[in-house]
Amino acid sequence: MEQEIISAKGVSKRFGDIVAVNDISFSVKKGEIFAFLGPNGAGKSTTIKMLTTMLRPTEGKLMLAGHDVAKERDSARKAFGIVFQDPTLDEELSAYENMELHAILYGMPKNTRRIKIEELMKLVELWDRKDSMIKTYSGGMRRRLEIARGLVHEPKVLFLDEPTLGLDTQTRNLMWEYVKRLSDEKGMTIFFTTHYLDEAEAVAERIAIIDNGSIVAHGTTTSLCKQTKTSSLEDAYLSLTGKTIRDESGASNNGLNFKTSQRNRNLK
Amino acid sequence: MEVIYALWLRQVRRYTRSGSRIIGTLGQPLLLMLALGYGIGAIYQKAGEGDYLQFLVPGIITQTVLLSAVFWGIIILQDKRFGFLSELLVAPVSRIRILLGSTLGGTTISVAQGLIIFGLSLIFGFEPSNWLLVGPAFLVLVLMSMALSSFGAGVASMVDDFQGFQSINNLLILPLFFLSSALYPLDTVPAALKVVTTLNPVTYMVDALRNLLTGVSHFPLTTDLAVMTITFVACVVFAVNRFNRIQM
Repeated sequence: MEQEIISAKGVSKRFGDIVAVNDISFSVKKGEIFAFLGPNGAGKSTTIKMLTTMLRPTEGKLMLAGHDVAKERDSARKAFGIVFQDPTLDEELSAYENMELHAILYGMPKNTRRIKIEELMKLVELWDRKDSMIKTYSGGMRRRLEIARGLVHEPKVLFLDEPTLGLDTQTRNLMWEYVKRLSDEKGMTIFFTTHYLDEAEAVAERIAIIDNGSIVAHGTTTSLCKQTKTSSLEDAYLSLTGKTIRDESGASNNGLNFKTSQRNRNLK
Repeated sequence: MEVIYALWLRQVRRYTRSGSRIIGTLGQPLLLMLALGYGIGAIYQKAGEGDYLQFLVPGIITQTVLLSAVFWGIIILQDKRFGFLSELLVAPVSRIRILLGSTLGGTTISVAQGLIIFGLSLIFGFEPSNWLLVGPAFLVLVLMSMALSSFGAGVASMVDDFQGFQSINNLLILPLFFLSSALYPLDTVPAALKVVTTLNPVTYMVDALRNLLTGVSHFPLTTDLAVMTITFVACVVFAVNRFNRIQM
């Protein structure tokens, strides 16, 4: 039997009486590239935030690399790396300083962290710019550095939350190349979200689709197409989630907007 | 320990690398010192109260630290808005250590700013009454900086946007400064103002500094230090409490 590295069992997250994620269960196998798809406000970000210890599930159990995410937070944190949807580098530090700070936060000894940082910065082709301030980096360079940073502490799982948003085609292709190589060579598990279905189709080995807080389908591209009697992932996706545009300020929403809407309600 | 040092170093690096930030937080106190010190100084002397600059400098040093605490809060807010805080919060490090490292960085910056203003005031003619007491005055400056940096961190943890922070700044920091003994002696103020200033912890910070630097004070030094210690503890509790509640 193949080993499960992420498993969610009956996980729900409620903000007040808004249900962001409703009783979802899924699992990701070790070494797999897993895509988590869904329209805006479907519960993708909330799920990632729960998996990465930033939010606690209201109900259910999340396991990551053998650790209960809600109970053994620090061990779970050491086991994953994350590239957030929005950039999270310190603009006023150099690239190397950003990497070094990350290595220190994850408790890496001095001698190994130098070697590791150099190796990864060379992998993303930024070593010759290591002393430049992040301020001077382009969007694509920042993204690449963030991926490298997420890997410094040798995580078992790498989360990528819309990693190719706003990147040009060249950088996107390059980025997926790195990701595939990581998966092939190091057996790393990749969990990513994206709105570009062609990417998901090309890269992901398995896919889960979430809508209105519930998982509506999961499987390989082929099985999803079979299930919906369609010929591409995009058609399968649209047939599962409908063609209407989601209202970002509506009831189903991402974590940040939940907070705002909850605060507004409290004010009332 | 290394984590705390690394976070401290991050803040200090950011400070030393930003010339505009240094000038920005020193400009206002410097302007106040010059405008008030020389502008009001003449009237003050005519009223028979002596050298206003001597009176004013401890107040201006306090204001520098107050302003530093505000800037400090803005940095935390920036981390929150521009994402770096997410990186910190998913790291396997307790929030207390993150807060401690960052706030010690803020404290160091505040102390440095206070020392720069003190140095400049010497050029403008300020003279400590007893050089031996400058050492203890430095310790008062450190305690004050730690309290106010924690306060700034706590406030920044509570708000989500710059506008909110600006109004808090206007509603909190300016009254804390103007309604303290920083600019005027408390002996001659109307009763209502006296009540307000007596309730303001900043008054005691200014008073302690003034006592040690110029030998003049309104309250006994022990009272000043007692109030400052209580304020410090309260600010730290406030900061820890608020920082722990941040949800991304």
